[in-house]
This record gives sequence, structure tokens and C-alpha cells, in this order.
Amino acid sequence: MSDFFSVFWKFWITTLTLGGIAFCLVLLINMSKRPSDSGHAAGEQTGEPMGHVWDEDLQELNNPLPTWWLRLFYISIIFGLGYLVLYPGLGSYAGYLNWTSRGAYVQEKQSADLEIKPIFDRFAQMDITEIAKDPEARLIGQRLFINHCAQCHGSDGGGQRGYPNLKDNDWLWGGEPASIEQTIREGRQAQMPAWGTVYGEEGVKQLAHYVLSLSRPVNGDDAALAAKGAPLFATTCAACHGAEGKGNPVMGAPNLTDHIWLYGGAEKEVMETIRHGRHGVMPAHKDRLSSAHIRVLAGYVYGFSH
Amino acid sequence: MRFTHEKIETQLPWLVILVILVISVGGLVEIVPLFFQESTTSPLPGMKPYTALQLEGRDIYIREGCVGCHSQMIRPFRAETERYGHYSVAAESVWDHPFLWGSKRTGPDLARVGERYSDDWHKAHLNNPRDVVPESNMPGYPFLSEATLDGVITPSKMRALRQVGVPYNEEDIAGATAAVAGKTEQEALIAYLQGLGLGLKGVN
Repeated sequence: MSDFFSVFWKFWITTLTLGGIAFCLVLLINMSKRPSDSGHAAGEQTGEPMGHVWDEDLQELNNPLPTWWLRLFYISIIFGLGYLVLYPGLGSYAGYLNWTSRGAYVQEKQSADLEIKPIFDRFAQMDITEIAKDPEARLIGQRLFINHCAQCHGSDGGGQRGYPNLKDNDWLWGGEPASIEQTIREGRQAQMPAWGTVYGEEGVKQLAHYVLSLSRPVNGDDAALAAKGAPLFATTCAACHGAEGKGNPVMGAPNLTDHIWLYGGAEKEVMETIRHGRHGVMPAHKDRLSSAHIRVLAGYVYGFSH
Repeated sequence: MRFTHEKIETQLPWLVILVILVISVGGLVEIVPLFFQESTTSPLPGMKPYTALQLEGRDIYIREGCVGCHSQMIRPFRAETERYGHYSVAAESVWDHPFLWGSKRTGPDLARVGERYSDDWHKAHLNNPRDVVPESNMPGYPFLSEATLDGVITPSKMRALRQVGVPYNEEDIAGATAAVAGKTEQEALIAYLQGLGLGLKGVN
């Protein structure tokens, strides 16, 4: 509240707030007076007639509000004044309780941190492989996973096209606990270049058939295409995927000799990958999660396959 | 002469004027001073206005009614900041006209969705959310990838925003059409989403 351009606004707020309450009070007192009954015939009639008559004898009378209703208004005014004493409401007055929404947030966080600290202190003493087996850590890890990872890797960690399956113990960037932790903390950026313009449609097809031949037997025309693709593979793809196509976790290059395909293993899909390249992104989480959280999460992910 | 409410009730101009006065007190006290406060009128340090493409993306966000299901307002509660990141502050919205804080969360809050997912994820997700999040009930927006922007009125939008205080310079405005033309609506929307909430990313 201290960052107004001028002190005028403090007076503005204070005056209007207190003035408004005072005005309500005056109005209330004024309107709760019973008008004098003089000049009216005695009888059941208690208020002044307003001069409106319907259906021959139905009159509108001017009566004050019912007492219980008036009392509610008075209680509101007392509550309002009490509130303004305790909480910040008048200009730059901080209130008797010194409450701020920022302070309330910090307090909430501190008390939660106190509660959580012993739990995470225990995890800090543990190896990630132990965290992976700890039931409490797995419960926490699951919550973190659902919130931060499931959008791509699926709520069960099963992955989907373009987003790796985390349950099959096949790893692009290394499956050791430290590598998983590193992947979550710093993120990963895959760099499979596009070869469509370099090798043309025919070359891409030959390469695709060679790549497919690494994981399954091919014969006939396909074998001939694969044979033509082999030298192309040796001069370009082998740099990342290795001469035997076994992949390289340092570059995130997948093993091409197994049956696990991130972007599909059909001829068409492999050709698409070679033609346009792939640039899978794992976002960094160091700005979103604390190191302690990342360790628990790494343990949870490691635990999918161990 | 005693004052009675009848005097006001039977004179329409007075009734109108006094009613307006009474109902504006709340706004005069709670809203008007916000326009004269540092923390609600100055941007975060280092904050940049939306690029031309992000601006078009924002307009698509508005057009498609994303705000109906997605808020952009992280409240200062631990339960929210654990999930979404630092709570939203007024300084982040000073150049938003209109602001898109929203009040309904059928989907998650998007105030800090920037850089949370890859561009490819957003493409797949906008085309058909179920392709990446099987549990999702968000509608697909595949048509966004087919509609192309021409950027003809982008400079006018930027000039209008400059009128209300967004610091676009002549260079930004001159390059706006070129920056937008030929891009799909989907690319614009993703550019907008990927820029959301980066100002306080990583701050606790």
C-alpha cells in the first residue's frame, strides 16, 4: 500500500471509506425514527400514508425497517469498523494484525516446509535407487509425475509417439539414476538433422530400408535397397547412431537395432524421420522443481523399470 | 421541513444521480487508486511487450474463448504455486489489454505455461489434445494449423496498444506485417503460449 504516486490517495481512500460508513450510520438513524402519528386517526394504521391507494382502501404506509433488520445493519457497521482496525483498509495503515496477502503466503509456505523438511531430509540421505523403492517417496513422486511429466509421458509413464516410454528400461539419454536426474533438471534437446535434401527421396528410402534391416530380417527388393543404404548410413548416420546402429546416449541417439521406435517403425514413418529430422524436446525443470523434488522424481521414474 | 426519502423518490434526476454516486463508492475506493500505484502500473524489470506474432496469437486465444476454461492467474497459495510456479503479480499484466486472468479452471492455469512444453507438444495438443493427454476433455483446434495469417492489420493493433501505453516502437510496427504474414494461426498461438509467465520463472 506504500507505493501510491501521491499521499492524496491515502486520504482519498480513508475519507471515502470512513465517510461512507458515517453516511450509512446517519441514514440508518434517520430512517429508523418512527414518524409521528399525530394527525392520523387512531387505529391499526401506524405509519404515514404515502398517498397511494389501490383497490379503494389499500394504502401504502411509510414505516421504518423492522427492528431485527436495522440491528443487522448496525452489526455490519460495527463489524466493518472492527475489520478496518485489524486489517489494512485505510490508506497506508497496515492494520493492528499487520496482515498482508504476501505475508500470509510466506507463512503458509514456511509451515508447510517445516512439515515436509524431515521427509525430504530422509530422502537426501538415500540413494536414488533406494528412493525408487521407498513407498513414501513413490507416493510423492507420483504426485510430481502427474503434475509435471504426465502431459507428455502419460499418467502411467508409458509414453506415446514422440514422447519416450519410461517403463521399458530403454533409454535415449542414459538410464542411470544420475542421467535421469540430469535429464529432468537440465532438459534435453534432440538433434536429428533432416537428410531429405541431401540424399533425395531415393536415398532416404534406401537408408530407411537399411535402418529397418538392423532390427528385422529383410529379403528380396527390400534387401537390395538396404544394401544400397548401408554405405550412406556409414558416412552420415553412424556418427551419432554408431557404426552398428546401437545408438549413443550422449547425443540421445536411439538404438536402431531394437524394436522400440519413438516415431514409429513403419517404412513410411522411418522415411519421414530421415527426410525431415527429429527435434524432440525435454524441457528443463530446474526452474520449476527444487533439487530435492527432482531427486524424488528421478527415483520414481527409475522405479518404473527397476 | 423534515427530510423524507419521498423527495428523492419522486424526482427522477436526483434519484439517478444519487444512485450512481452510491454504487460508485466501492469502485472509487478499491479500483481508482490502483491506477495511481507503482506496483500495478509499472512492468516487471526486463519485461518485453508481445511480439507481433504473439500479439496475433493472443487475439486467437481471445477469439477461441480459451479464457472460458483456462485462467491466467496463479493465486498466492502454496497449493497453486507448487503446481504452477510463482504467483501472478499485477506488474506482469500491465500491457495486457484486456487482461485474460479469467475465473474458470476447467483446464489448468496457463499463467506460466511458457516453455513448459515443447512446440511440437503444443502442435499435437492443439490438433487433438487426446493424442498427448488421453484423459483430456479439451476440444481440438485442428483448423488453426490450416488458417494462415496475412498480418495486414497487425500494425494497427500495435498502434492502438501504443495509445494505451504499450511501448512498441516504429521499428516493431514496421516489421509487424512481415513477421506475421504466412504464419499459421497455430504458430501464432503457440508463440503466445510459449511466452507466458517467463518474467518470474524460477523465482520462488
